[in-house]
Order: sequence, then C-alpha cells, then structure tokens
Amino acid sequence: MSELRELYQQVILDHHRKPRNFRRLAGANRTAEGFNPLCGDRIALALAVENGVIMDAAFQGAGCAISMAAASLLTGHVIGRREEEAEALFRRVHAMLTGDDDGNGAGLGKLAVFDGVREFPSRVKCATLAWHTLHAALSGAAEPVSTE
Amino acid sequence: MTGPGPRWDVDRIRKDFPALHQEVHGKPLVYLDSAATSQKPQVVIDTLVDYYARDNANVHRGVHRLSERATEAYEAARGAIQRHLNAASSREIVFVRQATEGINLVAASFGRAFVGAGDEVVISAIEHHANIVPWQMLCEEKGAVLRVIPVDDRGDLIMEAYARLLGPRTRLVAVTQVSNALGTVTPIKEIIDLAHRQNVPVLVDGAQAVPHQRVDVQALGCDFYVFSGHKAFGPTGIGVLYGREAWLEQMPPYQGGGDMIKVVTFERTIYNELPYKFEAGTPHIAGAIGLAAALDYIAGLGLDRMADYEHELLDHGTALLSAIPGVRLVGTARVKAAVLSFVLDGVHAHDLGTILDHQGVAIRAGHHCAMPVMARFGVPATARASLAFYNTRAELHVLAEAIDQAREIFR
Repeated sequence: MSELRELYQQVILDHHRKPRNFRRLAGANRTAEGFNPLCGDRIALALAVENGVIMDAAFQGAGCAISMAAASLLTGHVIGRREEEAEALFRRVHAMLTGDDDGNGAGLGKLAVFDGVREFPSRVKCATLAWHTLHAALSGAAEPVSTE
Repeated sequence: MTGPGPRWDVDRIRKDFPALHQEVHGKPLVYLDSAATSQKPQVVIDTLVDYYARDNANVHRGVHRLSERATEAYEAARGAIQRHLNAASSREIVFVRQATEGINLVAASFGRAFVGAGDEVVISAIEHHANIVPWQMLCEEKGAVLRVIPVDDRGDLIMEAYARLLGPRTRLVAVTQVSNALGTVTPIKEIIDLAHRQNVPVLVDGAQAVPHQRVDVQALGCDFYVFSGHKAFGPTGIGVLYGREAWLEQMPPYQGGGDMIKVVTFERTIYNELPYKFEAGTPHIAGAIGLAAALDYIAGLGLDRMADYEHELLDHGTALLSAIPGVRLVGTARVKAAVLSFVLDGVHAHDLGTILDHQGVAIRAGHHCAMPVMARFGVPATARASLAFYNTRAELHVLAEAIDQAREIFR
C-alpha cells in the first residue's frame, strides 16, 4: 500500500484530475504525437518556440493518471526554458525513470514525484510518453512517437 | 448449478494448478487473466517434462526407438484433439503455433486459391486483431473487400445486418465463437447455417471457446476452426487448425520445408498428404503432446459441469461489480462467457490494473487486442477480469474489495 501511495502521490492525482495546459495551442510551431500501443494512451503535444525559447506549451490526449499527470507537469516545467534546457530535462527525467540516475530526482522539483514509478516497471512507459513526445517535437520528428 | 453429479470441487481442482498457490506483493494470488493465458495443471507440466526427459527426438524421420516414441506420442496427441473436437478425421487436425497462425494459414492458403478482386470476406465488429488483420492483408493484396457484421450496445451481433452482408461475392465468413474483450457468445451455429445456405464457408475463432465449453465441429458444421493451446490450459506455442478435408485438399501449402513434402527435385515438389502438407519443419512436438494432456484433463473434469460452474461464477461476479458505484460493465450480451470487462469512473484501466496487482489480483487492462471494440463502445481501454473453472467466489470478493480500494485512492 505504501508503494502504491508512493506511485499515486497527491501531486500526481491532482494533475490527473485537473491537468494544466490541457488545451489547443494556437500558434504552435512544434508539435508531436505520442502513443502507447500497450494501453492506448495518446498525447498530442504542442509548443510555441521563439528564438530558441519555449514560450508556451500545451497538450491534449487521453490516458492513465500517470501519463496525464506527466504531460501536465511537463508543460509547466518547459514553459520559459530554452530548447536545450528542455532536452536536458528530458534526459534527466528519463534517467530518473529508467533507474540510471542515482540522484533520485534531486533538483527536478515537482518532477521528482515520478521517482516512485521506477518500482513499477510496467508503468515506466506511461511516465516517459510525454517526455518522448517532447523530444520528438523539439527534434522535428514527423512520425508519431510510439513507446513500443 | 444444474445437472446431476457431484458438486464442482474447486478447492480440490485448484490443487492441480501449482502457479495459483503463490503470493504477489504479499497477498495470495487471485488470477483473473485466463483469457490472456490460462494457468497449467500439473499433469501438463509433467507431460512436458516426461517428453523431454524420455522420448525427445524428431518425428516422422528416424528409424530409431526414440523417434518412434516421439512420433507415436505426437500422432496420439493429434488423435486426442480430433476426438475432443469431434472432427471426422485426424487428417483434419493441423498443428500451428496458435489461433493467430491458424487464421493466417487460412487467409494465405484459402485466400490465395479462392479469393479474388471484388470478392468479399465477412468478419464481425467484435473480433480480436488476429481475426481482422490477416483478412485486411488478404483483401489489400487481392483487391477484395472486408465487410463487418455490426454489434449492438450490449455486445450482440446484429444478425439481420449479417444476413444482408452475405452476397454472391462473399467467399468466406470468419467470426469468433466467444469475444475475448466482451465475453459475447455469438450465435455461431446460426451464423454458419446462414452462410452455408449461400455455399459460403465459415472459419470460427474458438480461442475463447475451447477453454470454457464443449466444442463439436461436426455439429457446428464449420469449415475451419482455430484455437490456441495456451488459453486451454496447455503450453504456449501450440495451436490447432481444424479444416474440413474437402477444403484442405483443395488448398495450396502455407509454408514450404521439410515434412510437408513427399518428393523434392529442383524441377518440382510433390507435397505430402494431409495434414502434413500444412506442417512444414519440425513441429512443436512437446507442445502438441502437452495440449492433448490439457484437453484430456478438462474433459476428465466434465466439460458441461465446468461450463455450469463458470456461468454461476460469472453471474456472481456480474452482480458484485454492478453493485460498486462508478463501475460500468462493457459487454452485457444475452449469452456471455467468463469475461467481466468494465470501466471505473475517474480511474483509467491501467491505473486500476496496478492497484489491483498490489492486492494480488491479476487482471488485464487495455484494449485486449480489439481496438475496434473499444472504439465501438467509446472507451480507450477496459479492465478485464476473465474467469476459469479454477476461480472461486471468494476471489471475486477480493476483486470487488480491491476495486473499492482504487476508488478510495482516486477519491
């Protein structure tokens, strides 16, 4: 049960119930779609980038609490950052979720709430979906991202 | 429970399944994912061990003693499966990897011979991807058309629409006997009879039927019938295609290789007789023998009593889940088998699956390899508890309590 509470922390449940930046983004110039064929989670991420800075970010989609909260928190964390900072964040979050990072999410702020996901191997892809989609949007990938 | 005979002694039967007796996350395992794959009785495990420990050799080749024993056991397995399905001849029993390969075999072989441009193949809206994609691939290759029998809001096929779909260009009907995602039991006999009235052959996907009920292919009158061993308490990697001899004789081979030939020269090959024409390469010998042991095991328990017990469990589970606020059952067909597919308000199926797992309850969460079914019912995914004869009422109560806990966490 404590492991479950570790996974479903209040921050995650809150962002699941009330996802931030869940909207269409007029004027988006970087977009990507992410899809988890295993569970059907879908995310469409849109960014408005000016002079290398992410001025706005928004998403739409449907999925489990982990994937929706991850997308919601992601948007909040990348708005106002330079593209390369967002890419660095992607790498750090990815390392935290896949267990390559000994720092347990230190310095990641609220994103550290996803640290518990590592204990749930079948759910790691739920948490990384939005981040892979971000990476695809920033690198201009044309194909939808698939976690498989 | 109906019918004569002793009551279903589920406690004794559970002793036959070693995997059921373990803890998951510190809780006794409640295995409710048998529609994905069933657990295996000890007799099946022992059969595999004995085969590899004593008889292991290649079949249909060696003159040595072990090869003779392996061949004998492999062909005895074919005979056991023929009797289990009440097929007319063991020549009609083709070993494949699973139901999926059986359908692909028919699509490739029957399709190559009998389906052309403008022809039509009829499937239903509640098929598993395995009974959709091979036909799509065939239709694309041949310029044929895929027609789909619609389903109503309960999950029953709309038979009037089916009757209208059958036409002069229909070359094959391929329909499931039991839906894996909804539990719908289709009126398969009626489906077959309607098609036969227009001389259209019918393939039945029996992957979810064989584990739960008696199947008699001659009584059904179907032309092809496929199922997977691993869902029927047998090993993975083995399945069966039943095909009427008259069709199999007319169909070209599926794969080429050893065992499916009589004579090979560089100019020409003479194919082997049935069923070997469709069994290229060394087969899953142990799997076939293990599957026969599994089917003998369930036949020994009593197939009709097994079905009665499961229906009683299903009714109990349906009542329990329906009473939980926020639970909506997806799939309420008039005749159902062993599947409780549902959604819980405000909790995604994937989250529910994780929470239930922590209570030791194993269910499937997702689209169940039936994305068109999910789309039809307007849900991205469902949670699915699927039952087998080794499940108990007490386990259904654990399921219901675990769902309550999920509601608590997400409140």
